[in-house]
Amino acid sequence: MKIAVLSGKGGTGKTFSSVNLAAAAGNAVYVDCDVEEPNGRLFFKPENVNSTAVSVKIPLINPMKCTGCRKCVDFCQFHAMAFVRNRPMIFPAICHACGGCSIICPEDAVNETQRVIGYVESGSHNGVKVVTGVMNPGEESGVPLIKEALREGFAFGGDVIIDCPPGSACAVMESVSMSDYCVLIAEPTAFGLHNFRMVYELVSLMGKPCCAVINKESEPYAPLNSYCEEHNIPIALRIPYSDKLASIGAKADIAAEEDNDCKEMFSGLLEYIREAVK
Amino acid sequence: MIIAIPMDENKKDICVSFGRCPFFLFSDSESGKKEFKVNPAAEATGGAGVTAAQAVVDGGADVLITVRCGENAAEVFKAANVKIYKSEGSDAEENLQAFADGKLSELTHFHAGFQGIS
Repeated sequence: MKIAVLSGKGGTGKTFSSVNLAAAAGNAVYVDCDVEEPNGRLFFKPENVNSTAVSVKIPLINPMKCTGCRKCVDFCQFHAMAFVRNRPMIFPAICHACGGCSIICPEDAVNETQRVIGYVESGSHNGVKVVTGVMNPGEESGVPLIKEALREGFAFGGDVIIDCPPGSACAVMESVSMSDYCVLIAEPTAFGLHNFRMVYELVSLMGKPCCAVINKESEPYAPLNSYCEEHNIPIALRIPYSDKLASIGAKADIAAEEDNDCKEMFSGLLEYIREAVK
Repeated sequence: MIIAIPMDENKKDICVSFGRCPFFLFSDSESGKKEFKVNPAAEATGGAGVTAAQAVVDGGADVLITVRCGENAAEVFKAANVKIYKSEGSDAEENLQAFADGKLSELTHFHAGFQGIS
């Protein structure tokens, strides 16, 4: 079973929820797809870590073959090429490595070269496999790292918890695409609801079954509850704001390992999801 | 000599953004001819600087007068041998005059991409 944990807004509790889901499951795989700032590993502190570099292909023009037809530059949808003095110029940091320029070139003058954009590390913590995608600062797109992190995570088999990046753009779609079920973390605020709607629309478009988890719920936020009701989104868990959980988090400990109530809360969520996926 | 300037919607003032300005003014210092062209990068999702620089190069400019310019665009201009000058005040006509009088200085600092951050 592959469970994606996502939310539109940062700081809502994606990492908190996915780390605790994985810890409560015990023998599971945790994949951190928030490659711009992966912080699940700060809680798991994985051991026996192996790290693999991840590269993308970027174009390299063969000046002997290039006739200066400009087709590659005009084709590039990411504006990663310019045409100056009858020759293409390439801006690797903007390139999305789609390979289009090498396909469109009539002279076979576009070769591809590898460029490292980050790495995927893999280790373990109390039976949980911890896989983390880490993007180098300044890179444009984390999608290739997410693909590699998921590939490594799925290779272990069993239950996989996918900690998604915030938002509802390409990186989130990539993280969610292979999942069986989505857990949408929401904050009981106007801002939280706005972002919750965006991710709900995304997972609906992708045809993924989902539930909501309301985090830091010191008091109910009626518009969020009625939105869930109107759209038949089950609220699988309400986590009250708690000094205890905040204090465990601030020490970078895992609440499900430190606090039995918390463990039961996330074991319950896991059981709920198992039933829903059946 | 053709001088290019990123322009605001009012076609009078210089736009503070190079990559995402709505128009470019191309001014030919010999013939006095002035022409506005739409910036194809104004609403680009990424790589606006490169595309805007391409439009300036394709317009045959020898000189660009601008408030600021990013690293990628500056690289295109360097390769195309387009000189970049720093504007003074916001009025485009006054800047063309100041350039003709040799009162503008070359822009030497180029910022990293904003990537949607203003």
